[in-house]
Amino acid sequence: MKRKLSWLLTLGLVLSMFLAACSGGGDDAEQPADEGKDQAAEENVEQVFNLLNGDTIPSMDPSMATDEYGFQFLGATMEGLYRLDANAEPAEGIAKTHSVSEDGLTWTFELREDAKWENGDPVTAHDFVYAWQRAVNPDTGSEYGPYMMGGVIKNATQVNTGEAALEDLGVKADGDYKLVVELENPTPYFHSLTTFGTFLPLNQKFVESQGDNFATSTETLLANGPFKLENWTSTASQWNLVKNETYWDAATVELEKMTYQVSKDPTTAVRLYEEGTVDRVGLSSDLVDQYSTHDDYVITPETSVFYLKFNQTRNEALANVNIRSAIARAFNKQDLVDEILNNGSIVADGLVPADFVNIPGTENDFRETSGALSAHNVEEAQAFWEKGLEELGTDSVEIEFLGGDTETSKVMNEYLANQLQTNLPGLKVTLKQVPFEQRLDLDTAMDYDIQFAGWGPDYLDPYTFLSLWITDGGNNKMGYSNAKYDELLNESATTLARDNDARYENFLEAEKILFEDAAIAPIYQRAMAQLVAPKVEGVFVNPFGATYEYKWSKAVSVE
Amino acid sequence: MTRYILRRLWYMFITLFIIASVSFFLMKLLPGSPLNAEDKLSEQQKTIILEKYGLNDPVPVQYVKYLGGLVQGDLGISFAFDNTPVTDILADRIGPSAIIGFQALIVGTLLGILLGLTASIFRNGPLDYSSTIIAVLGTSIPSFVFAGLLQYLLAVKWGLLPVALWGEFKHTILPTIALAIHPMATAARFTRTEMVEVLHSNYITTARAKGVNESGIIWKHGLRNALIPLVTVTGPMAVSLMTGSLVIEQIFAIPGIGEQFVKSVMVNDYPTIMGTTLMFAFLFVGIILVIDLLYGLIDPRIRLAGGNK
Repeated sequence: MKRKLSWLLTLGLVLSMFLAACSGGGDDAEQPADEGKDQAAEENVEQVFNLLNGDTIPSMDPSMATDEYGFQFLGATMEGLYRLDANAEPAEGIAKTHSVSEDGLTWTFELREDAKWENGDPVTAHDFVYAWQRAVNPDTGSEYGPYMMGGVIKNATQVNTGEAALEDLGVKADGDYKLVVELENPTPYFHSLTTFGTFLPLNQKFVESQGDNFATSTETLLANGPFKLENWTSTASQWNLVKNETYWDAATVELEKMTYQVSKDPTTAVRLYEEGTVDRVGLSSDLVDQYSTHDDYVITPETSVFYLKFNQTRNEALANVNIRSAIARAFNKQDLVDEILNNGSIVADGLVPADFVNIPGTENDFRETSGALSAHNVEEAQAFWEKGLEELGTDSVEIEFLGGDTETSKVMNEYLANQLQTNLPGLKVTLKQVPFEQRLDLDTAMDYDIQFAGWGPDYLDPYTFLSLWITDGGNNKMGYSNAKYDELLNESATTLARDNDARYENFLEAEKILFEDAAIAPIYQRAMAQLVAPKVEGVFVNPFGATYEYKWSKAVSVE
Repeated sequence: MTRYILRRLWYMFITLFIIASVSFFLMKLLPGSPLNAEDKLSEQQKTIILEKYGLNDPVPVQYVKYLGGLVQGDLGISFAFDNTPVTDILADRIGPSAIIGFQALIVGTLLGILLGLTASIFRNGPLDYSSTIIAVLGTSIPSFVFAGLLQYLLAVKWGLLPVALWGEFKHTILPTIALAIHPMATAARFTRTEMVEVLHSNYITTARAKGVNESGIIWKHGLRNALIPLVTVTGPMAVSLMTGSLVIEQIFAIPGIGEQFVKSVMVNDYPTIMGTTLMFAFLFVGIILVIDLLYGLIDPRIRLAGGNK
């Protein structure tokens, strides 16, 4: 009896596997049939994108979001005062226009009166006041609130540390459709900042009625943007974005639906693309060789820059500007981006990335105008090196190199160490490769010699990069200090704050100083290599905030 | 018997307590904090946030608080998923892992037993050698190689099954096969070794002498006895299969617990780390207890020994 049962079980299982396999095959076989010629007219194209997400969305609470995916889906489902357009310029959002006071400290935004929340409530100035207060309220425990608003909006830091009351935050509603913001310092890029997730409005009544459950599922979210989330919970691995019909500009939105599924493995993702399941996929370095000749291969530049930080406080050799200049010039960056990264990343010879901001009033890219300030040049490097060694009175230097421990990081670390040791005689580099979290701890403690680090912008202004190296700045952590540099940046945020042309003069000069001092050694500016289906059109890649903008996207027919 | 079970339950409780304590302190040794924008915040801002989550208390205080919550069945709120209770995360993620794990266990052990049995019956013949080779390959080749291969051949090349993702039964087939390879090899090895031994024991000779036919000898007298050691390894194997495989879940994009566990460690999501560890531990000690009790059912000798005590 038992014997029969076990045989039957086995047989049943094997059979069911084959049956399922066949039915699976049947389903897949149907798909190519759809690609017939009946989709002649463009209007007939199904307005759907099928996409992958690298992970779950950990937070849809604008005050709490800190990661790429949170900001991505907040950007798609909500709208702040402004929204970045195709040229990454702030375009009309909930605000129609704004005016800035003489002293540059008071910004008054005129809000549109036809903007609605998903539940029909109007979007008013009070929603912004509530949301911004919530973001800096210490009880909220927001990370980006104090970071993005501190030093920008009046009293933000004081409110966060409990030294000022919530009502003292420099944001007030003047009636339902006028928002008055008082700033700590004149901030010329403030309107671009308002496109960022942390500055989105919140419907107080709704948020408070949801209590702790707010923003943990579709039911506990309230959209006011072009799309809304469907079938989402905070642990969901599949969800959809569907068009939000109550959005004030719904007429512009053509895309009906985007489906998302979580897949982390790059090889799996690319196979799903080949299978036709998804319309866009990111390629890791090892996959680029295989797919760089693919018809759908696309490279999109990003605005994150990677560099070596030189800690001047621990190793006396690195306190010497000639030694630093030598190291900064001694490695071949072109080979690094071509051979190791191999994903469209480009060599960086400065700090402010390419295609990030233009010199005000011109079409000239900041990077191009500023030029190559720290380029690869072995001869120059060796000249600096000998001079540096002479000044130090030694013929050998030992340096610890702190880098990441991912596969690509390890290869880059070894390559850089090897380049430096080969080109700079007498230099000995020891590698220390640690996980990201640990690297941050070592950075904070300034317990390293050279560190492989990077930075992505938080708003559209060179200040987001250049302010990193202000003396004793929160992210300096390498003992760099130059009075002239500090002064130039300080001016740009105070006396010159309303003169954008002059500010950019200062930025250009400051960046020159930074590299005369060889404070850091720029390596590369990241790009992403992707396969994008030809039917995907009008997806903009933002330089900061939400990575993709879908408001103006649509699916087109492909012949 | 009741006293025996009660005593075992008490041991189980002690074990869980020790596991909870050790992992709590080990976890606190992890570098970093649950903050995501750590590199962007000032010390003061960090303190304010850590204060809110009770992470500024001395570690022993945090420990006592945590145990207090645990006693009341409260695993806490995840740091990584805003306002989501850890129990929700576990409930959400254990399902897919358990389904794949269970299917792999059934398919793997059944095929393994068949393989082992065939090998033992046709000992030293070509069938034996080929089954040994399969078993050795199954143990020594890591499952992600199989997974990648299966995905490439069955899904990409021949289009028989979906490449990855989760939803319908057809999505579970490839991961199940990939995960079943290892238990299959283990089961085959154990079954063969034991069967060879059992078939040479005296009572089999007696059975043959009595004129029991060959299939009766193999199925009734042989296999049943040969399976006892297999039961021992199946328990822990079942737990490790059902609590998810990071690699398989990554490759087939399955929203399982194994993958979630690794992520929570990476981002210092303390409550989720603890919750997952404790759930794994609970399953392990629970299964071991069940297996110990099951022995008596399978092998009367063990039951007898217990009775004599």
